[in-house]
Amino acid sequence: MTADTITPAGDNSFKSPARRLHGAGLDGITTEDLPRGARLEAMREGTVGSIHSWELVTAVDGPGTRMTVFFAGCPLRCQYCHNPDTFFMARGQLVAVEDMLKRVSRYRGVFNATGGGLTLSGGEVLMQAPFAARLLHGAKQRGIHTCIDTSGFLGASCTDEMLEDIDLVLLDVKAGDPDLYEEVTGRALAPTLAFGDRLAARGTQVWVRFVDVPGLTHDPANVAAVADIVAKWPNVTRTEVLGFHQMGRDKWHDLGLDYKLENTPAPTRDQLEATRDIFRSKGLTVY
Amino acid sequence: MTIAEAGTVQTENPWHDFVTGPWTEAIDVRDFIQRNYTPYEGDASFLEGPTEKTLRVWDHLEKNYLSEERKRRVYDVDTHTPNDVDAFGPGYISEDDDVIVGLQTDVPLKRAMMPNGGWRMVETAIGEAGKEVDPRVKEIFTKYRKTHNEAVFDIYTPRIRAARSSHIITGLPDAYGRGRIIGDYRRVALYGVDKLIEWKQADKDKVADQPFSEHWARYREEHSEQIKALKKLKKMAAGYGFDISVPAKNAKEAVQWTYFGYLASVKSQDGAAMSIGRLSAFLDCYFERDLKAGLITESDAQEMIDAIVLKLRIVRFLRTIDYDQIFSGDPYWATWSDAGFGDDGRAMVTKTSFRLLQTLRNLGPAPEPNITIFWDKGLPKGYKDFCAAISIETSAIQYESDKDIRAHWGDDAAIACCVSPMRVGKQMQFFGARVNSAKALLYAINGGRDEMSGKLVAEGFEPVSGDGPLDFDDVWNRYEKMLDWVVGTYVEALNIIHYCHDRYAYEAIEMALHDSDIVRTLGCGIAGLSIVADSLSAIKYATVTPVRDETGLVVDYITEGDFPKYGNDDDRADEIASTVVHTIMSKIREIELYRDAIPTQSVLTITSNVVYGKATGSFPSGHEKGTPFAPGANPENGMDTHGMVASMLSVGKLDYNDALDGISLTNTITPTGLGRDKEEQVSNLVGILDAGFLPNDCNEY
Repeated sequence: MTADTITPAGDNSFKSPARRLHGAGLDGITTEDLPRGARLEAMREGTVGSIHSWELVTAVDGPGTRMTVFFAGCPLRCQYCHNPDTFFMARGQLVAVEDMLKRVSRYRGVFNATGGGLTLSGGEVLMQAPFAARLLHGAKQRGIHTCIDTSGFLGASCTDEMLEDIDLVLLDVKAGDPDLYEEVTGRALAPTLAFGDRLAARGTQVWVRFVDVPGLTHDPANVAAVADIVAKWPNVTRTEVLGFHQMGRDKWHDLGLDYKLENTPAPTRDQLEATRDIFRSKGLTVY
Repeated sequence: MTIAEAGTVQTENPWHDFVTGPWTEAIDVRDFIQRNYTPYEGDASFLEGPTEKTLRVWDHLEKNYLSEERKRRVYDVDTHTPNDVDAFGPGYISEDDDVIVGLQTDVPLKRAMMPNGGWRMVETAIGEAGKEVDPRVKEIFTKYRKTHNEAVFDIYTPRIRAARSSHIITGLPDAYGRGRIIGDYRRVALYGVDKLIEWKQADKDKVADQPFSEHWARYREEHSEQIKALKKLKKMAAGYGFDISVPAKNAKEAVQWTYFGYLASVKSQDGAAMSIGRLSAFLDCYFERDLKAGLITESDAQEMIDAIVLKLRIVRFLRTIDYDQIFSGDPYWATWSDAGFGDDGRAMVTKTSFRLLQTLRNLGPAPEPNITIFWDKGLPKGYKDFCAAISIETSAIQYESDKDIRAHWGDDAAIACCVSPMRVGKQMQFFGARVNSAKALLYAINGGRDEMSGKLVAEGFEPVSGDGPLDFDDVWNRYEKMLDWVVGTYVEALNIIHYCHDRYAYEAIEMALHDSDIVRTLGCGIAGLSIVADSLSAIKYATVTPVRDETGLVVDYITEGDFPKYGNDDDRADEIASTVVHTIMSKIREIELYRDAIPTQSVLTITSNVVYGKATGSFPSGHEKGTPFAPGANPENGMDTHGMVASMLSVGKLDYNDALDGISLTNTITPTGLGRDKEEQVSNLVGILDAGFLPNDCNEY
């Protein structure tokens, strides 16, 4: 088998698809079909979860090559969300915790070889905290590096017990000003700050992620406000500035949702660097 | 020691300071390497950049030749001189071109005719290059000298002709050189040509007392051809001022002698793939000896490797535009295999392995020579990191699993073309192009009628009847039966082709650099695996209803419901893919092969997927009529939705024993997709490669 193959003399006939941002479907994982009452009970217990999809990714959701599990359902409605098909919990497919863990375990060799692990993303992972807790615990028992990717809005649902099973939190700080945060996400900023403070107090490793959206979050005053917040957390080992892009636009259209950033351009290289410089000026390690 | 003194020592014994062993008594290049190579565990910091001279030659080549060639496709053609080892006098790129010398013709990039494969191809190619054929040459090859192509068509059966014209079998080497033979060019340097002639003569004499048989006569005749070719090789080198009748005395001669061996084969054969073998550890023995003796510097060593690589970048064959389309360009697969482990557990990574990769920096990236790394997780870290860094910079390195190759073909194997492994000098392949395994499924459903033309191609089969949904067991049974016909026709064609190629376009110099008794494999291949797997999965797990035209021919399918797709590490679909590969291999194994060849199979339509796609109809998987197939063992474009590593794991489930000629997965990774900075990119790429070559681990608990 050849990976990263180069075809001598230029293989112009085949273009592999551009890197997708998210996977689709649950191929290879057994899905459940439960009546409503039993389903809600099982979800409260965390024995099943509503899942959008899974994917093996590299250098995107934490270190190494990772199995990222996208949870279905999110309390936020970020204007720039590139994955609006994960907004609704009811649109996911039910997966039992042991079936998901089977799939996760299958990739232990890959995780070992690449320094990767399991990342729970979404959607909002903490919207199904009991299921997440069981998955994270199961993964840790199997010696797998764990990571959650969250807005922190539901940080209160993340128990201390759960945090014991989390090696890294990817914390999205979407804006620094409470009003702007609400404009961007439809929700309040305070819970995210409280969760960040709690992680800092515990010393849980955090990578902060900030999406640079021209005309929305790019304002240097906003970036500086985010940077001031992050700079207070000594447990943040890296800050990733991600450029907004339009690859989610079709999904908004397909879902019939009102997409506010129809004409928003991606940030230029210079704009991204300017944003990164603001974070750097606060002494942060920025990518 | 002064250079003059060193020179005296060397004339006495070209092998001085080498550890002796069986290799001194009989041909055994592997033994020489194992006893003499110096594994290198360090990093890339010792490397040198290009010399002024290297840059001048490269610049001259670019300005005067390569840029011209890009404008007009073919730089020039010699229409008067059918090429052979010694057909052309010496040629040079420029006055500076004196490090490692030798061109295919007298002028860089000027292409030569090799009409033994077939005259029509030559005539077409000359016309397409805007030149006129020389009537005298045409007369010779149409009136007096029978070609491979003519012989093949004298023998072809009606079913082969039908399968060819309906494109269920395409790209067969019946009108062009088959390639996929790697001469052991190192033998020229290690032993000198006179010794090689002496040994070939002895092998020929050895059977002189045996009674006549066709095998015996062929053996004798082929040996005479080989000896003649070796004599021409000496003559060609003498034209450049070198006496290669004796072994190479130093590193520069070792590189030069080895290159002359390769040059002789690309002067006399224009096979689809003309690979150079596994040279690094071999040449490194000479570099180390000269470096230790103070005869050369690191910069000198790099200059020699840069010079031979530069020559390997300007190999050219006279091809038709049609050929370029099948192969997506003008490749010649001067594949150079490197790294891996020896049977004794030492990594076969030398400083010359680094020097080879360094050429991609010194001369810039290029597709040829196709540098192929035999990867193993245990290779030295400095080397792995350098491979990953160069991959990220240039996208010009191919990786294969050392463990799988070594287990089957030993630790002196090399890749011919892109994935076909063989023991160097001990094994050759009868190249088999590939059969359209996807189209065979449509033939199974249509009872042998072609879904594009409506013509009956395979006789004696009943089509699926009725308008109801397809039944998996029924379709599978029909597919198996149709494969008997398709595979039978395909292998029959290959037997004929290789019988004729040996007779009319024999690779004398390449075979002169092989043992006299060798292993021959028949490299069969399949195209369209992902489409068959997905289509059978759709029939099994979803509801597939055929759509017929007015003549009853099934021309499309309505597929309702979801189904597992190959390439997502979903065992349900991946098992279908493995079963298809296994079934086809089993059918090939049942057929008797020309010259007792060992059948192998490949899943690597890297370059002809567009041509195959064009000639094929719609599928239950949703693959549309006339659209390109995914290359090799790749999942269908867009059907793999769980990331590249998941698709690697799916492909990894195909049993290598069913596809010993190789399996390919083509992926494009952008550096930024691997990490935020170079260091992270390197470590993530190394990780992915390690993960991709892990043994199957289906332990789910």
